[in-house]
Amino acid sequence: MENKIKGSEAFWKALIAEGVDTVFGYPGGQIMHVYDSLCSYTDRVRHILVRHEQGAIHAAQGFARVSGRPGVVLVTSGPGATNVVTGLVDAMTDSTPLVVVTGQVPNAALGTDAFQEADVTGMTGPITKWNYQIRRPEDVAWAIARAFYIAGSGRPGPVVLDFTKDAQVGLTDFHYEKCTGIRSYHPDPFPSDKALDEAAALIDASKKPFVVFGQGVTISHAEDRLAEFLRKGDLPSGSTMLGLGALPTDFPNYEGMIGMHGHVAANVKTSECDLLIAIGMRFSDRVTGSVGKYARNAKVIHIDIDKAEIGKIIPVTVGLCGDAGRVLEALTARISPGSHREWLESFVPVREIEKKKVIEPELHPKGKELKMGEVVDAVTAYCGGRAIVVTDVGQNQLMASRYSRLASRRSFISSGGLGTMGFGLPAAIGAAIADPSRPVCLFVGDGGIQMTIQEFGTIMQEHTGVKVILLNNNWLGNVRQWQQLFYDRRYSATRMINPNYEDIAKAYGIKYIRVKDREALPKALETLFSDNGPCLMDVLVEEEANVMPMVPPGSGLDRMMLTENSWYENE
Amino acid sequence: MDNEIRTYTVLIYTENQIGLLSQIANVFTRRSLSIWTLTAGPTAIEGVHTITITSDATRRKIDEAVKQIEKRVDVISATYYVSEEIVYRELALCKVPSPALLESGAIEKLLSDHHARILEMNPEFTVLQKTGTLRETTAFYESVKPFGVLQFVRSGRVAVSRDAEPEIKCCK
Ligand SMILES: Cc1ncc(C[n+]2csc(CCOP(=O)(O)OP(=O)(O)O)c2C)c(N)n1
Repeated sequence: MENKIKGSEAFWKALIAEGVDTVFGYPGGQIMHVYDSLCSYTDRVRHILVRHEQGAIHAAQGFARVSGRPGVVLVTSGPGATNVVTGLVDAMTDSTPLVVVTGQVPNAALGTDAFQEADVTGMTGPITKWNYQIRRPEDVAWAIARAFYIAGSGRPGPVVLDFTKDAQVGLTDFHYEKCTGIRSYHPDPFPSDKALDEAAALIDASKKPFVVFGQGVTISHAEDRLAEFLRKGDLPSGSTMLGLGALPTDFPNYEGMIGMHGHVAANVKTSECDLLIAIGMRFSDRVTGSVGKYARNAKVIHIDIDKAEIGKIIPVTVGLCGDAGRVLEALTARISPGSHREWLESFVPVREIEKKKVIEPELHPKGKELKMGEVVDAVTAYCGGRAIVVTDVGQNQLMASRYSRLASRRSFISSGGLGTMGFGLPAAIGAAIADPSRPVCLFVGDGGIQMTIQEFGTIMQEHTGVKVILLNNNWLGNVRQWQQLFYDRRYSATRMINPNYEDIAKAYGIKYIRVKDREALPKALETLFSDNGPCLMDVLVEEEANVMPMVPPGSGLDRMMLTENSWYENE
Repeated sequence: MDNEIRTYTVLIYTENQIGLLSQIANVFTRRSLSIWTLTAGPTAIEGVHTITITSDATRRKIDEAVKQIEKRVDVISATYYVSEEIVYRELALCKVPSPALLESGAIEKLLSDHHARILEMNPEFTVLQKTGTLRETTAFYESVKPFGVLQFVRSGRVAVSRDAEPEIKCCK
């Protein structure tokens, strides 16, 4: 009997056995035993007390994306659990490994509409990779081992463990064994030799190949193997928004981001190529534009670890189901060294058009007002590409994805598939906690920052050195842009009166800088990075500016708006 | 052909995990696919359950749904078939008043015409059992109708594939 421990204690022992050193959470009635047991483990586990459970889960996402390890979230039952739902969907679409633990009412109260009871496993089934209700203390170790294995293997994703009070207070023996396999789950598929040979033959035969890669490369730690593959095949490439950071911005023949607000050459060449090689990405509609017009001249090779993604949106010529790194290694060994000079040269004039019509006016504007793009460029250049760039959602995100200079891996953190406003500030906190050695620069709008602004409290309490660059335009800018372009400038509910951010920063003891004009920017950057502490840099940018280029809804990638009234169109 | 709507039978083998059924059903509803019949129960292998679902869909849609089902961690395998690729049955039970049935003198013929059986008979009512395809159980119902049907229920489909391989290799 004396060897038995409480389930709540087994919980912490199990987390430690999984190598967990950081947990993001918020206490409450049905998780109090777990918090009580935490007192004995604070020397090994750092608990970050957030200000809202949504903050906890987004912070854990930022942590996971930077560290490559599952983020851990601990919340109470009922409202604590429902507050993490947005983050679960976000992590599910963006393949982020999370282990989220929710408190739950005692077993006998399940289904009785007890105080703060919510059907957490029922509710989170479709939005998690796996979920499980722990009702007995002896299942704690098993469930946690399984949760970490599932969250981090194959295509990563969020897992929910609903931890009833009986399982927390009951006594159990404790033996920990890591999970190494589940008979119904095969997270590491690998394509056949035949399929690999076919793919290699297609690559060797292609005159106009183009590579599109996504976050799968980062998840698989396959950055080097991607670079080798591209070099050997002499292949041009573009990245999805979440793929950014896998290659340094100045990598040869790398065209940057593809998709709705992607770079013109990357988009146009997707339409012209005779072979599209897609790696660790899922053909989101923000990437493809009109699917019927997508890569219509191309055969398609699709590499993805998730079998359900292959052929889901775009029919494939060869599907290679497997880990991006392992597949790329096998493929690189099979292809002959390529040379595509003529094809690569054809990119230059397209690049020039974008440079002249879009990039120059954004980075070196003639007008007085500050542009978002020039701010992003200046901040990330100041960091010498070392920064981890975190974004919120909206114009700030699109500009950050277009103009950030990235030289290091796991350096671009954004809410892609769900587009969750309010993601940025807490995700930046998690990113900074995961890697204190790199500057963390958050680009956020005045709308999004107010969705999770309470997390300034977490920054204050934890002394997290997040550099918050508020791209302040007094609008819900991205929606305003659509209203301007597609709704005859009827600005319905997008004008926003802002609070005094200086007072807010002051209340939280966070350094504040206001930047009103271009001349003030260099000095402001020095102040921003003069110490390792948090700072809010409030940049008053041009109010009614648009993110260009833009593939309008329903259009193919080769028809892009360059300005409100000029277009790039393939002849 | 990929866009032609047909009736597909989906055979799913799962670990016995609570909540899996609703997650599987959810894969259909999320894609606006209706579930026509659903049968679930334990298999002969301990801990392994089977779920059989029929749904009308295009090949593209059913393929997409089945891949999503197979992706669930606790799903051992999920496969879809058109009716020619499987041997399948549904079960119908029909309760009729015994006097009407006996007075007619048609009971012998009814049973032999439809290969039906009597499960239970008492002075008040008789329970008849009929297995077959949907069309066969429907024809049976039509024949029994004149006697005054008290209750008629039908199960979902159960099916086995028409190939000689073991269905789930990992659990042999
Ligand atoms: C939670 C949530 N609600 C609404 C939206 C829709 N939405 C997308 S961008 C945007 C405007 C964002 O405005 P702001 O944060 O000021 O950033 P900006 O576009 O001006 O950079 C809105 C409302 C969303 N993506 N997420």
